[in-house]
Amino acid sequence: MFESILFYTLAAFILGFGVLVVTARNTVHCVVFLVANFLCVAMIYVMLGAEFLAIIQVLVYAGGIVVLYLFVVMLVNLKRGPDAAPDRRRQSRVGFVLAAVMLAEISAILVYSAARPASAVAAAAATPLQTVGNTEVVGMLLYTDYLIPFEVASMLLLVAMIGAILLAKKEI
Amino acid sequence: MTPITPYHYLVLSAALFMLGVIGVMTRRNIIIIFMSIELMLNAVNINLAAFSQQLHNAVGQVFAIFVVAVAAAEAAIGLGIILAFYRNKETLNIDEMNILRW
Amino acid sequence: MRFIWLIPLLPAAGALVNGLFGIRWFSRTVSGLLACATMAGALGLSLWAFSELLGLPADARVHDVVLGHWIPPMALQTAHDIGMFQVPWQFRLDPLSGVMILVVTGVGFLIHVYSTAYMKDEAPGGYARFFSYLNLFCFFMLVLVLGANFLVMFVGWEGVGLCSYLLIGFWYEKKSASDAGKKAFITNRIGDWGFILGMFLVFFTFGTLDFRAVADAAGAMPIESAGFGVLSIICLTLFIGATGKSAQIPLHVWLPDAMEGPTPVSALIHAATMVTAGVYMVARNAVLFQHAPHVMQIVAIVGALTALMAATIGLVQNDIKRVLAYSTVSQLGYMFLATGVGAFAAGIFHLMTHAFFKALLFLGSGSVIHAMAGEQDMQKMGGLRKYMPVTFVTMMIGTLAIAGIPPLAGFFSKDEILYQSFLNNRFLWLIGAVTALLTAFYMFRLILLTFYGTYRGAPWARVAAPAAAMEAAAHGVRHPLDGQAQKDDHEVSHGAADVRAAGHAHAWHGPHESPRAMTVPLMALAVGAIVAGFLGIPQALKGANTIEHFLAPSFESHTAAAREAGAGAAAGAEHGPGAAAAEEGAHHLSTAGELGLMVLSVLIAVAGVLAARRFYFTHPELPDRLAARWRGAHALLFNKYYVDELYDATAIKGTVAGGRGLWTFDRVVIDGAVDGSGWLTRVSAWGSHMFDKHVVDGLVNLVGWIAEEGSFFVRRLQTGLVQNYALLMVVGVFAFLTLYLVAR
Repeated sequence: MFESILFYTLAAFILGFGVLVVTARNTVHCVVFLVANFLCVAMIYVMLGAEFLAIIQVLVYAGGIVVLYLFVVMLVNLKRGPDAAPDRRRQSRVGFVLAAVMLAEISAILVYSAARPASAVAAAAATPLQTVGNTEVVGMLLYTDYLIPFEVASMLLLVAMIGAILLAKKEI
Repeated sequence: MTPITPYHYLVLSAALFMLGVIGVMTRRNIIIIFMSIELMLNAVNINLAAFSQQLHNAVGQVFAIFVVAVAAAEAAIGLGIILAFYRNKETLNIDEMNILRW
Repeated sequence: MRFIWLIPLLPAAGALVNGLFGIRWFSRTVSGLLACATMAGALGLSLWAFSELLGLPADARVHDVVLGHWIPPMALQTAHDIGMFQVPWQFRLDPLSGVMILVVTGVGFLIHVYSTAYMKDEAPGGYARFFSYLNLFCFFMLVLVLGANFLVMFVGWEGVGLCSYLLIGFWYEKKSASDAGKKAFITNRIGDWGFILGMFLVFFTFGTLDFRAVADAAGAMPIESAGFGVLSIICLTLFIGATGKSAQIPLHVWLPDAMEGPTPVSALIHAATMVTAGVYMVARNAVLFQHAPHVMQIVAIVGALTALMAATIGLVQNDIKRVLAYSTVSQLGYMFLATGVGAFAAGIFHLMTHAFFKALLFLGSGSVIHAMAGEQDMQKMGGLRKYMPVTFVTMMIGTLAIAGIPPLAGFFSKDEILYQSFLNNRFLWLIGAVTALLTAFYMFRLILLTFYGTYRGAPWARVAAPAAAMEAAAHGVRHPLDGQAQKDDHEVSHGAADVRAAGHAHAWHGPHESPRAMTVPLMALAVGAIVAGFLGIPQALKGANTIEHFLAPSFESHTAAAREAGAGAAAGAEHGPGAAAAEEGAHHLSTAGELGLMVLSVLIAVAGVLAARRFYFTHPELPDRLAARWRGAHALLFNKYYVDELYDATAIKGTVAGGRGLWTFDRVVIDGAVDGSGWLTRVSAWGSHMFDKHVVDGLVNLVGWIAEEGSFFVRRLQTGLVQNYALLMVVGVFAFLTLYLVAR
């Protein structure tokens, strides 16, 4: 019961902040709503038993990436937002409708799938949660099975850092 | 009230994803578009986490962590590009980024 | 006689050596001596051969020499069967050709000697060239007379025509000379056309070209007294050839113009030898002509008319050489008259005597011209008798001979002709008699104008003062030795001659006797003009008429059968002209009648002489008065009956117009066709170009255009707008989702 209340509340917040992010005029507001959104998502991760992921979400997303966004927003310091300009192609409406229809479709698929009994997924879900702590499991995986992808990711971040410096710098 | 199944998370994820899509489609401020992309990535992460919990397999969380790493890299590069673009065009309107044609 | 082939070859060798080496290297003396030596050799050989010929019995006086085969035997279709066409280089010595080679080599030798002095003022190259031509001419002339068949004769025939052309145009810088050469050559070509046709027909008819074989074959055929048979046609075409060569009407126009050549050439070619080739050819084919009496009539009439016409023209000409030229034409007319009435021997006799006295007269006139420094107008001469006695005496002998005063050569030959024509046709005799009168008249006019009276020419420097010499030279008066060579300096602009004349201070010292090399041939020919007639003293004067009997075998067919057939035919056609008259039986006018005719002709001649004396000696004003009174007739004669003008207006203008027409045809049709094909090519090329440009290029361009215009819509997808691409991606996802939803 509690779980349900929590889920719906969080879902409502997530979607609500998402809507705000998408629709807000002021970019700074957007960033703020995005932080809120990320925090709510972190809560969802907790609900899903992914505590490490939640921490990462808060630290990296809400703490790192969003700050980066804020920096950029402050740097560019637009006087007049691009959305003030007229939408010449009327594409936004198409995109909106398309997204809505797709959401409906996906929902339909999911609902239909949920209505189906005794799927493999449901069977797997029946098994109890592992005893090992979540962070430990993830750590084990990262440093054993997924060591190379992990290193690749670190490499990727390094390259991205260099690239970002190169791109952002006025003169090298 | 039915218990919260993975389907709920999936629907949430889909909804959030579609919000991101709508943002990408409708906004013309590049920064906001990037934020919408972050929303979509989050939706994916929710998806991964949900399946991870459902299947009692932490691999999904591992992938989510990679997604976060990639998202960070993407944000860094993307924002660098935005800065460079802004310095050239004095605008953030995505419609001005149209030299990729013909 | 075995060496008769050497007779023509000696002059040929001389011509070859002089032509190949002499023009460049020989001096005048060497080339002149060489030419004279070859001619002397030929003359000696001729005399030897002739004496051997005389030693033979009259029936056997034929000797053939075959040098080799020219055209090997080949089968050709003839009228009756397949004939073997073969032409050997065959020379034949018989009485006719014997007389001819004597005339040619004798007169030719004398004229060569004469020329060594006359041509003294030529440059050594021109001198050698002249003698080379002259020797070449003698070679061809001897080939002509010695040739045993038509084709060998034709070689000589064409060769003398060529040499005539070369020698008339010897001073080729002079336009009138080269024009005259061309005129002579082209006019001769017309005659040659007839000769060639005749030859074709001879071969087609008889299957051979040998004179004797033809004569034998023709002798066996009936006389065509009824109409024109094949023999008549042969004779007519041959006669056309003869008129061209011998300057008879209507092809006589070239001979007076041929006087543009050096005077020895006129004497040798255009008086003594070449122009008589036509007569010789007719005489050579006497049997053929005897069997074509109608053609004989034509020959006689043409000859008589030519004689009369040329004599009348000669009455009023003032150029001394032209008078002689018309006299030559007139005398040739006599010869044809003789052959036309069947008196072939008389024709050849006259040919021979004429060769002597006309060569004499020409050489004499050359001497006069020489003495007058190139002056040829008789009105500017006069009184030359005292300056050049030898020339005067010899020319007087020649004139008396041609006028027919006994006992000179012309009297006998001309009287024989007149007698034979009297037997044949009184009208022809009348024409001949009138011509004889005119001949005596114009010849004595020539003598009187030239040698009697007072001198009317240009004055000369009596004292050879250098200043006067210079002046004389500047006035174009030449040392006589410059003579004819420079007579047309004012036309040819011979600057070098002026300088030479002035530099040597050779003033003209007035008319004077010519050098010995010129007078000796004159004297020799004068002797010939006196004695040649004694060969043919008629029986009426108790003579033997040697030459007629000597020549007779040449005019008969030779096989006994043929002779009998011919005699029978002659007997059958007793009233046939010519041939019948020539027969012994028909040879009848009383001796008294013949003597009467003779006296008559002498009287005629004397009358002509006296008339000339009255007109040009005692009453010199008479000719002008007569000319004024008969202005039309005088102009007609003076302009030679306007024959040249007539030919110019018809044949020449016609030819030119034809050429122009052909040219127009060329230009319009041929060029048009060429241009048209060019135009077609261009049009088709243009069409191909247009096809390329519009169809081929059009297809290529169409592909490009389709790609471009097609891409116009396709590239609209490439908006370059990032959101657009994102939208498309979403659309794709949507499509897959929908597909999944529908398909599951």
